[in-house]
Amino acid sequence: MSQIVLDVRDLEAGYEPGVPIVRGASITVSKGEIVVVLGPNGAGKSSLIKAIAGLVPITSGTVTLDGKDITSAPAHTMVRLGLAFVPQTENIFPLMSVEDNLKVACGILRPRETPARIEEMYAAFPDLVRQRRTVAGNLSGGQRQMLAVARALIVHPKVLVLDEPSAGLSPKFVAMVFEMLAGIRKSGVTILLVEQNAKAALAIGDRAYVLVEGKDRHEGVASELWNDPVVAELYLGQRRKASEKGSAA
Amino acid sequence: MNLQFVVDGLLTGSMIGLGAIGVTLTYSILRFSNFAHGDFMAWGTYATLAVVSAIGAVVGKVAPIAPLSFGWPLIAALIIGMALTGLLALLLDLVLFARLRAKGQAIIVVMASFGASMALRSLLEFTFTSRPTYFSRAIQIAMPVGFGIRITPDQIALLLLTAVLVLGVHLLMTRTQTGRSMQALSQNAALARIVGIDVAKVVRVTWLIGGALACVAGVMIGILIQIRPFMGFDMLLPMFAAAILGGIGSVPGAVLGGLIIGLAEAGAVQLIGAEWRAAVSFIILMAVLFVRPVGIFGVRER
Repeated sequence: MSQIVLDVRDLEAGYEPGVPIVRGASITVSKGEIVVVLGPNGAGKSSLIKAIAGLVPITSGTVTLDGKDITSAPAHTMVRLGLAFVPQTENIFPLMSVEDNLKVACGILRPRETPARIEEMYAAFPDLVRQRRTVAGNLSGGQRQMLAVARALIVHPKVLVLDEPSAGLSPKFVAMVFEMLAGIRKSGVTILLVEQNAKAALAIGDRAYVLVEGKDRHEGVASELWNDPVVAELYLGQRRKASEKGSAA
Repeated sequence: MNLQFVVDGLLTGSMIGLGAIGVTLTYSILRFSNFAHGDFMAWGTYATLAVVSAIGAVVGKVAPIAPLSFGWPLIAALIIGMALTGLLALLLDLVLFARLRAKGQAIIVVMASFGASMALRSLLEFTFTSRPTYFSRAIQIAMPVGFGIRITPDQIALLLLTAVLVLGVHLLMTRTQTGRSMQALSQNAALARIVGIDVAKVVRVTWLIGGALACVAGVMIGILIQIRPFMGFDMLLPMFAAAILGGIGSVPGAVLGGLIIGLAEAGAVQLIGAEWRAAVSFIILMAVLFVRPVGIFGVRER
């Protein structure tokens, strides 16, 4: 295995003391990988990555990024440490223009570097160029997601962490978002992703973890997990049966 | 009708508007109504007065800059007063508001600001007595400028100062990383942290700007009218009216709201009598909010 970028060990985290939502989860993400975290509703997937990003208090365990301990670092220092997080909802500033949404995220870049970096983002996400003066709240769901991802990538993160990027999007946009993530990985960015849409996520992922009751219960190669009986039992069971009965979902 | 009310209204409106910028920023970024903001004005004015006296004691009498009623000591004192008022706001946040904010109930912070307002005011009365005082007792001759309007050199200078400050704050908010960070924080505090904004730092900048502008507004009142411990508290309702009228969070809105209220008050005094002064601004406020509940420059959130 290549170099490990993000190493999460025995993480315990929760909003209230004594009520852990994440209960001893361990995951690793290697350089250039897309790692997917799956799990039933309420398994603590979202809380796990929010804890990694400094948004949910960690009670024990460690988070190491590129060899550096970043456990419980304040959320606003994460981009400087190399971790960029894209929340599931409300992940743009709705009253600011697209361009200002990008600019405001450039705080850790040198001011001289910023304009060129914004142009690079426009080149990578051409849909955003036409909307650069548009107030971000007026963008479509898919474009908002693009803006949120571009805003996260603009600071050259070592790892991009996304919370259910396909949530609330129409099927057309879901396909677009996963295509975009596959493209981002090709450009060399390491990605950690939480998803409800297991099939689509496993299609672009390298490895995946199944989180149950706040703990990683199973790990495997993404393309094999879909047919893994343990996964089926842990989580995918009913959902897959349902989708196999219908047409290919 | 005598057009003199335009000058009077613009001047009152400038004082209200400069104060309302602080109110609107505190409201949109820290999410509470700071009732102590008026008392920042009064404290800033007395601080400036104290510094002017200190300068006078050290360098002796300084001739005013003709044709104005004040000389360089007041200008220097104003700059120091702005810094001191900003620091006062920071200090109050540190010992009071930040602790209560951490507990998460906005109404408690609002009530605390009310208490702070009374305490700050009483301290001024205790230290300086409630007798009015002045920066200068010199009488300025108002020059006729046509249309029956007369204006003094002080008034012209202060209107220009207001314009420069408002433009400066507007550019800061829209063109700089600090300003964008302030906007971001007011729109989504959690996301602001995620994109790397140091919330504590932005909060400090907000207090410094609000405090400094409150000081300028207070000194304007001090130069044009008089200095009293209640001078800021009396401006509180017009300032809130202006901030709401302009749209919470909008700097140009706060200033425009201030000018509208200043002009309406001055016009009302002339047309229907001084006792209606306060009522008129609130009738305008309500009328605008019926038509446009988010205020003139306000935007419905999401």
